[in-house]
Amino acid sequence: MSISKAEVVKVAHLARLAIPEERLEGYTHTISDILDLVALMNAVNTDGVLPLSNPLDAVQLLREDVVTETNQRELYQSVAPRVEDGLYLVPKVIE
Amino acid sequence: MTVATQGDLSTLTSKELHHKIVNGDISVMELVEIFLQRIEKYDPQLNAYITVVQDQARTQAIAIDNKIRSGELNHPLAGVPYTLKDLFCTKGILTSCGSKMLSNFISPYDATVYDKLNHAGAVLLGKVNMDEFAMGSSNENSFYGAVANPWDITRVPGGSSGGSAAAVAAGLAPYSLGSDTGGSVRQPASYCGISSIKPTYGRISRYGMTAFASSLDQCGVMARSAEDMALVLHAISGFDVRDSTSANVPVPNYSESLNDSLAGLRIGIPKEFFADGLDANVAKVIREAIQEFEKLGATVKEVSLPNSHLSVAAYYVIAPAEASANLARFDGVRFGYSCNDPKNLQDLYERSRWEGFGDEVKRRIVIGTYALSSGYYDAYYLQAQKIRRLIKNDFVAVFNEVDVLMGPVTPTTAFKIGEKSDDPIAMYLGDIYTLPISLAGVPALSIPVGFSDNLPVGLQIIGDYFNEAKLLNVAHSYQQVTDWHRQSPSQFSGV
Repeated sequence: MSISKAEVVKVAHLARLAIPEERLEGYTHTISDILDLVALMNAVNTDGVLPLSNPLDAVQLLREDVVTETNQRELYQSVAPRVEDGLYLVPKVIE
Repeated sequence: MTVATQGDLSTLTSKELHHKIVNGDISVMELVEIFLQRIEKYDPQLNAYITVVQDQARTQAIAIDNKIRSGELNHPLAGVPYTLKDLFCTKGILTSCGSKMLSNFISPYDATVYDKLNHAGAVLLGKVNMDEFAMGSSNENSFYGAVANPWDITRVPGGSSGGSAAAVAAGLAPYSLGSDTGGSVRQPASYCGISSIKPTYGRISRYGMTAFASSLDQCGVMARSAEDMALVLHAISGFDVRDSTSANVPVPNYSESLNDSLAGLRIGIPKEFFADGLDANVAKVIREAIQEFEKLGATVKEVSLPNSHLSVAAYYVIAPAEASANLARFDGVRFGYSCNDPKNLQDLYERSRWEGFGDEVKRRIVIGTYALSSGYYDAYYLQAQKIRRLIKNDFVAVFNEVDVLMGPVTPTTAFKIGEKSDDPIAMYLGDIYTLPISLAGVPALSIPVGFSDNLPVGLQIIGDYFNEAKLLNVAHSYQQVTDWHRQSPSQFSGV
């Protein structure tokens, strides 16, 4: 196995996924298989090769720092699960 | 198995349908009704549609009929119906991305491509099925169920734009917009015997197209001919201030160069695309298709893309890494699925995401998070990006020698539903011929060029950056001397 169950639990937590105990074995197995597949890359010498993050090697566009969007809070909150007085509701954070 | 189809409206191209509308042979309203009836009759066998917008389509049809009659609208796509893959945002209409996570999501805004087609007078019929968040190669990873291939309903239509491909192939829409991150328009088009193009990265605005892997995602056109693809691509391409990765490169009128001569065209055949793993019958059909181009005056030579075998490995690091970041926005708070009775904020996040996403999406989020995590970043993500550069360099070098590349889209024809659903690795390896193109960001199209055991086979034609016009010219020339693109599955023929 290229990855342990404990590591899968840790990474799933980092990704905010509550992986149930009974699914852990299966997930670990498949993820391990995928990591074995991508391990093919390890044998390639890439010394001096620049990483490619945008296929056109484009750089971030800049624009004037002026307001271009109007406030549409109500519209955007209309698709939220729980809202009250313009605020998103979440479980209590501070006891 | 196949039928000659000239008389049946559902098998006409978008260009032909538009001519019929303009000539007064049929109204937009009548045409829309025909497609709505066909969807009602045939879609239960296919499951291509997630949402059909009957009322909106009828209202739009009346308005467009009037505008065409008054001369206010003369766009070549005016009045022609179409569908959108269910990841394009459409105000007031469900945009599910094939996921439970967004099964209640009504977008508050429109995608740029939808906005552009609305201005052209195109009529949306509905939103079509897909692998969840565009992750998959079979359309089996959808919260809304698998889609069937119209050529054999026990087989997959391909993915992730499987609903788009099935709908066009079965005559339930003349064309559809899909998205292609690693082959998601080319592979389903190949499996379903239709034409498709994934343009250069950045050619079309991604604004309002739900992100999977932002450095790879590109909207693609799925249609009945190269000529139709030229019309649609022209209508939706171009720079958009709302997508900073869209390219500020002029958009040519693709229809103008469709009939250019192919005399002297230099075709390269990447030897890696014909190595072990390619089905012998598929290889035969592909080689016969390439001979057809020689008859049209092209020359053929073998070339090499020496790093293409690394594509699967690099892609299945880069795409999940970007997906893990993009899908972090689904938190159960602002929109989308939210779990019941969360114990605390942590529980709200973790359970909403676990319950809202399907298994393939969650696997990729975990892989991506792992590849980006401290201690593994260099070995996985950075190494994959360096290999991506090597793959791009292969294409840059080869386009000094040839004008286009040709090869298969997939190693086999469409496989059975369920055949690979428990084996993600087997599914990933099927993307071997489409991934190098996506990683390099070059344009490629697929066109039907024959059958193997009664299942369609697609030819992939790959071009240099922003050379979509050449690809469409090459594909159109082939479609002028062959009729594979006019074949339709007999089970869905008739109005």
